[in-house]
Amino acid sequence: MKYAGLLVMPAGFFLSIAALVLFPSPGPRTAFVVCGLAVEALGLGVAVRGHMEARREDRR
Amino acid sequence: MNAMLPAAPPSPLVLSEATFALTLALLLLAPLAIAGVALINTGLGRCRSAAQALLGSLVLVAVAIIVFALAGSSIAGNLPGASGSAGHILHFAGKNWNLLGAAPLLLGGFGSAPPLSQLALLFEFLAAALAALVCWGSGADRLRLTAGCAAAAFLAALVFPLLAHWVWNGGWLAQLGANFSLGAGFLDPGGAATVHVLGGLSALAVVWIAGPRKGKFPKEGLSTAMPGHNAVYVLFGCLLALVGWLGWNVAGAVIWLHAPLAALPATAVNTLLSAAGALVATFAVTRLRFGKPDASLCANGWLAGLVASSACAAIVEPGAALFVGAVAGIATPLLVELLELALSIDDPSGAISVHAMGGLWGLLAAGIFAPQTGQLLAQLAGIATLLGLVLPLVYLLFWLLNRVVAFRVDPDGERIGMDLHELGGGAYPEFVIHRDESYQ
Repeated sequence: MKYAGLLVMPAGFFLSIAALVLFPSPGPRTAFVVCGLAVEALGLGVAVRGHMEARREDRR
Repeated sequence: MNAMLPAAPPSPLVLSEATFALTLALLLLAPLAIAGVALINTGLGRCRSAAQALLGSLVLVAVAIIVFALAGSSIAGNLPGASGSAGHILHFAGKNWNLLGAAPLLLGGFGSAPPLSQLALLFEFLAAALAALVCWGSGADRLRLTAGCAAAAFLAALVFPLLAHWVWNGGWLAQLGANFSLGAGFLDPGGAATVHVLGGLSALAVVWIAGPRKGKFPKEGLSTAMPGHNAVYVLFGCLLALVGWLGWNVAGAVIWLHAPLAALPATAVNTLLSAAGALVATFAVTRLRFGKPDASLCANGWLAGLVASSACAAIVEPGAALFVGAVAGIATPLLVELLELALSIDDPSGAISVHAMGGLWGLLAAGIFAPQTGQLLAQLAGIATLLGLVLPLVYLLFWLLNRVVAFRVDPDGERIGMDLHELGGGAYPEFVIHRDESYQ
């Protein structure tokens, strides 16, 4: 689960960079860069959750 | 005092003798920031690992400096390449993406480089050392010295130089302004991204790979409190760090933003305001939360204010600097608690909260309060790079490294302490070390 989260994070990065290239106007560009950051946050959240589950199993 | 507008000088390599001397003097103060962070890391660890922590800090700094000189400086690309090229440039989507420096190996041409390039390289040496040091504190009491050195070598040889080239030496993040009309491009004059966020994210990778200290998260109940062994080291480290940070931020403004001398006092004042705002905020938060102010959390808040100032002290107005520091100071103790109690992350030095989150907040604030239009988007693109590219890359590198050089000490070593296990002697041989109840 941690690895899945870490794999999602570069997808968010490429989404942000694609927004800079594909959208010249500021509105859509900002929206897609923020979406890229949201994807990264999602990936980080999944990775942290994976870490927490691993710790929980260690405690058992 | 006005916020400084980053602008290219008439000739980027021309520097008056007075400015050169001042910047060199400021850079000679910057190692105090490294000393401060090393003392803070040592004080926040346990007494039976204190000598290993401080010796490790010295060795990591040495390894990072040597590796950066041998290989990293070539990737960072500060010095002009042998063929005069600015770097390895990818032509994509009608834009030039400067991805990699092309300076000679082994500091070739350093002696004949322009004065500004020489100062910039000195700045990068110190930055590489501090970036490598940040994650060492998070692995306190269980990260082996050999593994710490190997991690420092990886950071100084590859990851830090890549970021330094992208952010400081005309790389694609620095050119976001020219290529996509995003303000002045990604701005990070004090190293918030290249040093602190990189160090903080590396700390997260170290903590994930090495795991928590034994007994930190017992089978039942809340996590065990493992307070730092010497609050005096921690608080004195904060004072040392302030001096170093002042030199660091002001020198960074000259080197990377080409700030005029008249703008430098504002940068120093903003650094002070950010740190002061952060400390007062953390003091108030811990006083409200626990009934009494917490020394180690106040130190973390102070440092988070300094880290946030690295991104924005040379860019924002004094009022904004105070606000940035205050937000960092409020967030830091809450984040430390969240990481430990809710997310099961054992970070003894608080590097993830202080350096990663403080740095990210500073970078965001630089975009919010900068006068140029489009600057916020440039900062967001930089933050996306740090989170989406740098964190997975560092984790992958450390994960592979852990297969070759185990990060975590064996259980017996952790039980007797890193000092006895790795150095054969303790930091305080005349003190009685109390038995640790968590090992019963």
